[in-house]
Amino acid sequence: MESPLTQNIRPDISPLNLPEYEKAGGYQGLRKALTQLAPDEVTALVLESNLRGRGGAGFSTGRKWSFVPMGDDAPRPKYLVINADEMEPGTFKDRLLMEGDPHQLIEGIIIAAYAVQAGIAYIFLRRAYVTAGQRLETAIKEAYAKGYLGQNILGSGFNLDLYLHVSAGRYICGEETALLNALEGKRAVPRAKPPFPPVVGLWGKPTAFNNVETICNVSHIIRLGPAWFRDLSHVPDGGSKIYGASGKVRRPGAWELPMGVTIREILEEHAGGMQDGLEVRAILPGGVSTDLLTAKHLDVRMDFNSMQEAGSRLGTGTMVVIDDRTCIVGLLSNLMHFFAQESCGWCTPCREGLAWTSRILKAIEQGQGKLEDIEHLKRHTRLITLGHTFCALAPGAMEPLQSALTYFEDDFRRHILERRCPWR
Amino acid sequence: MVTIYIEGEAYTVKEGQNLLQACLSLGFDLPYFCWHPALGSVGACRQCAVKRFKDEKDLRGELVMACMTPAGDGTRISINDAEAAKFRAGVIEWLMINHPHDCPICDEGGECHLQDMTVMTGHNYRHYRFPKRTHHNQDLGPFLNHEMNRCIQCYRCVRFYHDYAGGSDLNALASHDHVYFGRFENGPLESEFSGNLVEICPTGVFTDKSLKAHFTRKWDLQTAPSVCVHCGLGCNTIPGERYGKLRRVRNRYHHQVNGYFLCDRGRYGYEFVNSTQRIRHPLQRTAGEAIPIPMTEKEVLDLAGTILADPGKVIGIGSPRASLESNFALRTLVGPDRFYAGLSDSDFSCLATGCNILQKGPVPASTLQGVGLADAAFILGEDVTQTAPLMALNLRRMRYRKSARIASGFQLPEWNDAAVREIAQLQKPALFIATPYPTRLDEEALRTFYAAPDDLARLGFAVLSALDPEAFPMPDLKDSLRVLADEIAQALLDAKRPLVITGTACSHPALIEAAANVAWCLGRKARAAAFALCVPECNSLGLSLMGGHDLNSAFQAVREGRVDTVIILENDLYRRADTETVDAMLRNARHVIVIDHQQTATAAKAHVVLPAATFAEATSTLINNEGRAQRGYAVMPAEGQIRAGWRWLRKLMNAAGHIGARSWFRLEDLAADLVKDMPVFQPIVGLDPKVDLPTPGGKIPRQSHRYTGRTAMHADIDVSEPKPPADEDAPLAFTMEGYDGPPPPELISRIWAPGWNSEQALNKFQSEINGPLRGGDTGRRLIEPAASDDGRYFAMTPPAALSGEDEYLLVPIHHIFGSEALSMASPGIAQRAPRPYLALSPENAPAKENERVRLRVNGRSLDLPVKLLPGMPVRMAGLPVGLPGLAKLALPAAVKILGTEKNKKE
Amino acid sequence: MLTEQEEKDIEAVAGHYPLKKAAGIEALKIVQKHRGWVSDETLSHVADVLEMSPTELDAVATFYNFIFRRPVGRHIILVCDSVSCWIMGYDTIVNHLEKRLGIGFGETTVDGRFTLLPNVCLGACDRAPVMMIDEQLYGELDVEKIDKILASFE
Repeated sequence: MESPLTQNIRPDISPLNLPEYEKAGGYQGLRKALTQLAPDEVTALVLESNLRGRGGAGFSTGRKWSFVPMGDDAPRPKYLVINADEMEPGTFKDRLLMEGDPHQLIEGIIIAAYAVQAGIAYIFLRRAYVTAGQRLETAIKEAYAKGYLGQNILGSGFNLDLYLHVSAGRYICGEETALLNALEGKRAVPRAKPPFPPVVGLWGKPTAFNNVETICNVSHIIRLGPAWFRDLSHVPDGGSKIYGASGKVRRPGAWELPMGVTIREILEEHAGGMQDGLEVRAILPGGVSTDLLTAKHLDVRMDFNSMQEAGSRLGTGTMVVIDDRTCIVGLLSNLMHFFAQESCGWCTPCREGLAWTSRILKAIEQGQGKLEDIEHLKRHTRLITLGHTFCALAPGAMEPLQSALTYFEDDFRRHILERRCPWR
Repeated sequence: MVTIYIEGEAYTVKEGQNLLQACLSLGFDLPYFCWHPALGSVGACRQCAVKRFKDEKDLRGELVMACMTPAGDGTRISINDAEAAKFRAGVIEWLMINHPHDCPICDEGGECHLQDMTVMTGHNYRHYRFPKRTHHNQDLGPFLNHEMNRCIQCYRCVRFYHDYAGGSDLNALASHDHVYFGRFENGPLESEFSGNLVEICPTGVFTDKSLKAHFTRKWDLQTAPSVCVHCGLGCNTIPGERYGKLRRVRNRYHHQVNGYFLCDRGRYGYEFVNSTQRIRHPLQRTAGEAIPIPMTEKEVLDLAGTILADPGKVIGIGSPRASLESNFALRTLVGPDRFYAGLSDSDFSCLATGCNILQKGPVPASTLQGVGLADAAFILGEDVTQTAPLMALNLRRMRYRKSARIASGFQLPEWNDAAVREIAQLQKPALFIATPYPTRLDEEALRTFYAAPDDLARLGFAVLSALDPEAFPMPDLKDSLRVLADEIAQALLDAKRPLVITGTACSHPALIEAAANVAWCLGRKARAAAFALCVPECNSLGLSLMGGHDLNSAFQAVREGRVDTVIILENDLYRRADTETVDAMLRNARHVIVIDHQQTATAAKAHVVLPAATFAEATSTLINNEGRAQRGYAVMPAEGQIRAGWRWLRKLMNAAGHIGARSWFRLEDLAADLVKDMPVFQPIVGLDPKVDLPTPGGKIPRQSHRYTGRTAMHADIDVSEPKPPADEDAPLAFTMEGYDGPPPPELISRIWAPGWNSEQALNKFQSEINGPLRGGDTGRRLIEPAASDDGRYFAMTPPAALSGEDEYLLVPIHHIFGSEALSMASPGIAQRAPRPYLALSPENAPAKENERVRLRVNGRSLDLPVKLLPGMPVRMAGLPVGLPGLAKLALPAAVKILGTEKNKKE
Repeated sequence: MLTEQEEKDIEAVAGHYPLKKAAGIEALKIVQKHRGWVSDETLSHVADVLEMSPTELDAVATFYNFIFRRPVGRHIILVCDSVSCWIMGYDTIVNHLEKRLGIGFGETTVDGRFTLLPNVCLGACDRAPVMMIDEQLYGELDVEKIDKILASFE
């Protein structure tokens, strides 16, 4: 089984320097793209590969790039922005890629920038990833020194400047348009769409926007071709995927596997199953903004479509495993506290609704809930959906809540009627 | 036009709107908070949710925000859809989570948009049982209260203050449910438009601090349509009165003039009406008596009969802050030949020049709204932020409109505020500002140029030369000036609506002529050019059009003994000419009669003082800077012996046997004579709305149908409720009774509609959102471009040279707070006004900031602290205009600095 | 007042942006690196250098979690309070830290050594429970490990 994303990553996750990366086959994809392919040919290859965004939304990467206006009349400069603000709780895959193989990301960035003819690229890195930041800075310097960044790269006439921008810390910065506002030095409040960033993005100019893991695939697709990439996967979506598991499993961690492996395979084969004496009760499959799945769903495939059919989402693909001794109500209280606090405060349902649900859940957890609270929680899950709010943060917050009420309403009732947490 | 479907019915609406605009324009009640007609849509509050269907077959639909959804052809929505209605009620429920139960003690109660929208959605039961978040409040200065607990985070305040008005000291702080709108620290809000927050804020976070000093509920106010008297723009207002005191001033929408906003001087400058400095009784000052004694009316008329017996020795001095009617009455009394315009020398020539330009030239005067539509503007000499503040606010729209044009290339509508602003960040509009010193509007300008008024005029001529080198060659022009002039000329030529702005601020008629040349040249090159003339006072143009000799001739006439009696109408001559000259006239004239409402330095020296009504107590006509005649209606009846200036003059005329005023029983009688005598004012007959109202008496009430207390109000005087005072001058009544249907636009006395108690009810009065009021724009323009054009241009006058090495050119500096007399009676405005200073360039100032210097100008010595003004040209100095404690000087003038605190030369 | 170096660094980073005020966040990070936190006075000076008003800059500063507008200790402890760390023993970790240091969240030890703050997911869920002190990540925490780690800081 091929693991293009992690093949260079050493067990101690010490990064490859530039000569080591080149020796392992690095920057061959870049060379091919810049010397043999036209920009729209690069985009076509990525489209053909069925690569879907790995940040959580799963939008076709090639299609996204095709929305950027090309040609001499297009507004300039054009930008490429990489979302390295990995803050979705339960998610730790981009950290692995950036700490372990920074040049893989950089090579992907240059190819992607070439495809959309962006002249300036930013990596928007979360502040907590200090090690990744240091390693990326070093790698960027190496790339400039070698001529992979800057003017007239590989004699192609293509110029690209790449900057590392470290965030000042806020979950909403992971939202595409809020990130653009953060880059512009403003409060990270999202923007309404339309206009879409490929047309009106950073500083009002065309901006392509991708997740770290997504971009890391690009050099391999160019080097080895879309068919190879599709074949890595068990399902129509192309490629491999970094999956992960955390919680009370024997071996929490991250593993590169073919797209579309089952939950069971990740949980039992790679994470080693549950710790002694514990059973799996529920799973957040792709970070906390996804619907819970239960022990009944272990054979569902972890790909975009299968997850959706099962009533959840692939999201980031790193799962949080909830054992049968962990209180679901406490879990939801923890989640909602997170969401309420990370609300940017722009739109009413998120700003007020999440705070209200957070307080209800805390009350229930502490044995001070009322039966009517369940109805209020359900009402919130009905009112707060995509399109009703300004961005996807609050609807994402409702996903674990609505699924917890679907599968585990009894847990809530017990807290309320027994006036205490039965799990403590 | 496009067709949209609401509840299955087809409606035709204008293209390019969003659904919220379309629904409101059609008269539907759809709740909203963050959208504002002037600020556009951002989609933050989620209050305006409606259900949209893909087609007729789609029965489920999806919720969309009406303010963010284009009303495209074929759009199908339902407002009453159950899910949409539940969601809208849910939004109110969310907003109510933290909203305090303040209504009974909140200033906003009774005109609160949040109250109205809450009722509209039907939410009425509180399920939330946890604590509310609270905030500390800030002291934001004399104009605004701050009560953050009430905030519903609609973001309107910062969108108006920061985005629209360019203020930088109010912003959104913190995040999630702790968002706070305030300043970095306590302190007065710096923007000249901060007062609009009281109408922008949909709840009681920002409320009128001046109202709080004498608080009254909206429904208890007596109100009438009026016009601001604090500058020449003539913004429309609705002042409110109770118990004989003016309580506050609110905006009155006029599509062509002020739109939705007022400046702080206009909003807060009204306290002079309530001031203890009001003249309320006729007073007589006999020689030797320090304190004047009150006179009865009979005594006044007897005296008048004597004084005015010999008309040949009586002169009248009119005023640019008095109504057309009062000025005309004075002119009639003394006769045109003995009528003088009470203006400074420079104002007199500047205004005469200005009127001449407007009347003889091929280019129309720009409306205030038109200023905001210009796509290239050249300001020559005028610090508009201080002298015509709303004009500065409209000029700030140029950047937005430029960006909106770019945005439309991406199919983005102008109302998509955030998207347009994203593009606007890196755009600078084609705004060119040439003034004697840096101004607040400079941050919006593409180019600025600071120089002496003569050199500014020279730039104006250079632009003309660049536009038409044959018509006006300037071969000796300095290169740097030529480059700038070329750039300005090109921008004006490329524009679809170029605008030239100038005014009286520099006291320099040649500057106005230079500006006119540029405008005329553009007009002659078939551009849709407009010309904006800024004038200092609310009836400057009216007085200038009325004619009248210059004030110097009046001084001379008295000096030469040809005059016995001087009648001065609503004017403080010490603001028009130097102290010694005015002293001499007031001393030498045998009788000085002053008709005014404020105790001025002139009134203090008068032999007879008659109490004039203010704008609030007398219906009057004013001519604004674009030549628009507008009528402001009395808000309250004049008390006691206070009368409109023209009514006093009528009494004097009748007492003196002058037949000119015999027929003037009502305002319209005087107006009839006025237009007959001076045809330039003919259009004012159109100011009388042709009202044909069904109620007997046919009047429109100034009081709301919820007005309380009228039977008890005067019980301390007489237990029987008195008959409401009659108003002969207007189709309005000082009562609650009358016609309560929609009034004609000029008579709109309050913005209110059933279910819409706040100023947001305005949408029911507009023919369409952002359009004119139903019934059309009010007021009548007096001046349109001449039919024939002789193609000539004003000639250039050679620049004056500074005489000495150590001399500076002293220019006037205008202040929105401080330079205008009437508003300074408001404590808040006086607090914001600067103390006298001398502005100098930091590059060559002989003293440090706040150190005092002695200077000599106009033959007199002054002692002032220095204020360093970066950008001030080095051979120039600036003196603030009109501040208390600063005598009137004839500026610009040469000034010599005699010595500093440290080393006194003399 | 800002040091010459701070002003230089801020001017340099401002040069990367089409608008000076866009460098606000970067500038605040620069001064915070030198001073640990951003006082009102410092914020005003930074605003001056960037030609923006203090209110505009404070609007940005108060939005982000890592611009500290109150004094902090020599070392910042960030305890991850997100879901995986919560499952793996966050409560125990926090109780121990609070007891050991004698402070709660948002507070600084009397000797000025540590400020204790919660933080959203630190992206090391497979090593939960996790905390960061300054730039260093510490995972698989238990009570003994915490004591050892704290002792290594002055």
